[in-house]
Amino acid sequence: MRDAVAALVRDGDTVVIEGFTHLICFAAGHEIIRQRRRDLTLCRLTPDLIYDQMIAAGCARKLVFSWAGNPGAGSLHAFRRAVEKGEPPLELEEYSHFGMVARLSAGAARLPFWTLRDYMGTDLPVANPRIRRVTCPYTGEVLATVPALNPDVTIVHAQRADAQGNAQIWGLLGVQKEAALASERVIVVVEELVDQSVIRADPNRTMIPGLAVDAVVVEPWGAHPSYAQGYYDRDNDFYIGWEATSRDASSLTRYLEEFVFGVRNRAEYVERCGGLERLRASSRVCAGVNYGY
Amino acid sequence: MTYSPAEMMATVAARELRDGEVVFVGIGLPNLACNLARATHAPRLVLIYESGAVGAEPERLPVSIGDPSLVTGSLMVCGMADVFQFLLQNGRIEVGFLGGAQIDRFGNINTTVVGSYQHPTVRLPGSGGAAEIAIHARRTIVISRLSRRAFPEAVDFITSPGHRMRGRTRSELGMPGAGPVRVITDKGILEADEDTGELVLASLYPGVTADEVRAAVGWPLRCRGTALGVEPPGEPELRLLREVLDPDGLYLRS
Repeated sequence: MRDAVAALVRDGDTVVIEGFTHLICFAAGHEIIRQRRRDLTLCRLTPDLIYDQMIAAGCARKLVFSWAGNPGAGSLHAFRRAVEKGEPPLELEEYSHFGMVARLSAGAARLPFWTLRDYMGTDLPVANPRIRRVTCPYTGEVLATVPALNPDVTIVHAQRADAQGNAQIWGLLGVQKEAALASERVIVVVEELVDQSVIRADPNRTMIPGLAVDAVVVEPWGAHPSYAQGYYDRDNDFYIGWEATSRDASSLTRYLEEFVFGVRNRAEYVERCGGLERLRASSRVCAGVNYGY
Repeated sequence: MTYSPAEMMATVAARELRDGEVVFVGIGLPNLACNLARATHAPRLVLIYESGAVGAEPERLPVSIGDPSLVTGSLMVCGMADVFQFLLQNGRIEVGFLGGAQIDRFGNINTTVVGSYQHPTVRLPGSGGAAEIAIHARRTIVISRLSRRAFPEAVDFITSPGHRMRGRTRSELGMPGAGPVRVITDKGILEADEDTGELVLASLYPGVTADEVRAAVGWPLRCRGTALGVEPPGEPELRLLREVLDPDGLYLRS
């Protein structure tokens, strides 16, 4: 992870760490914090705790997002301090989920913008002038548009991949495929590195082809406190506890000192958490299908 | 049996759903309402979560909208581009649930900022999928507790459009869905007036007066001539809510 971040994430980059509740790569976010990257434009539908931590650590210049809360638990207080009090200042570019999904779809298709039937009657286009309109050349209907999002680097956590980065994901799929294919550089982080024969045995499950991937990092428990379907459950207690940890800037700083700067890598983080076995997933294996012809 | 305001709201919301309908579900009371409906009068309800789970039958109470239990045993899991383009924009969603920090006279909802956008006094999470749900779902149901702060005459920021936005109507703006037809509160139910789009008091919970509701709303609230009473939750509904759907009282206690 250290080498991948050192080589592929640069100061001033537009960075996407995707995963909707599921498979959020905290391991990569922590490494970016440890390497003290600065002036990043952080993009995600839901900034979640990982961007709250990166904002608190001073990595972010700008946030591009659609829902900035602590899912199921409350607020992102580092985000709120930045927006409400300018500590530290943070530029915002705000959409709805559909708008963010559409931006990444345009990016992955290498089109300049995407059209959607959305935003009429809302104040979002007033808050964000990059949400615009176009008249359909076929029907005359006025549709909303959002500009393509093409990140410098996208980091995706997957259950498994082969050494070339052919990455398989199951469970909630979010916008990882769009984000990876929209990006200049891609890091795939996995729970397990598998032989290519495992990938070839079930090709429909491959979400990101290795041809788009620049680095593969093996990092078990790398998505904690989010989850990896079939590997470990979401650490809901951690999310609930973040309300208290992040409400006060100094307790958030102490958290970063202990769990991010105070460890060298993910294995040490897991140890610092006292082990995470309590979150290990139960077994619900599906039968598989016949790919014969 | 006595019951909490949250239990009343979940029960009333469940009764709004018809068997076989396709519902875009949120976390908290909407999720409880949908699963209560599924366990009682609407076993064929199809629950869709914006995270991509279609036909979810969660075996535990989902704490977040992306809970892994929404995946296990569902009918389909798709990416979010498919959810928003091919299900919601496609017109497949019959009912959407919304909530918000502020709801105004015309059913506009604010989940973005209290105060001005550039210098908010409170920064709220933002739209998520709410803006497009409010535009596309064939009808939306809003769940929120009454207070003057939560029900101002006009919201500070329109995140999710209601029936009249800066003077313009939904049909003038070309919105496919009917918008917030009902607002389920802790004291009674508000409905959008069919002609003006203004929220009016349609029914009252047991023991609540129209004046109590008026006092908790920031505009001169009109009352339907025939404001109906609402049946409280029955024993089977309360039993399901307390023993099966939210045994730890995460959402129902208050």
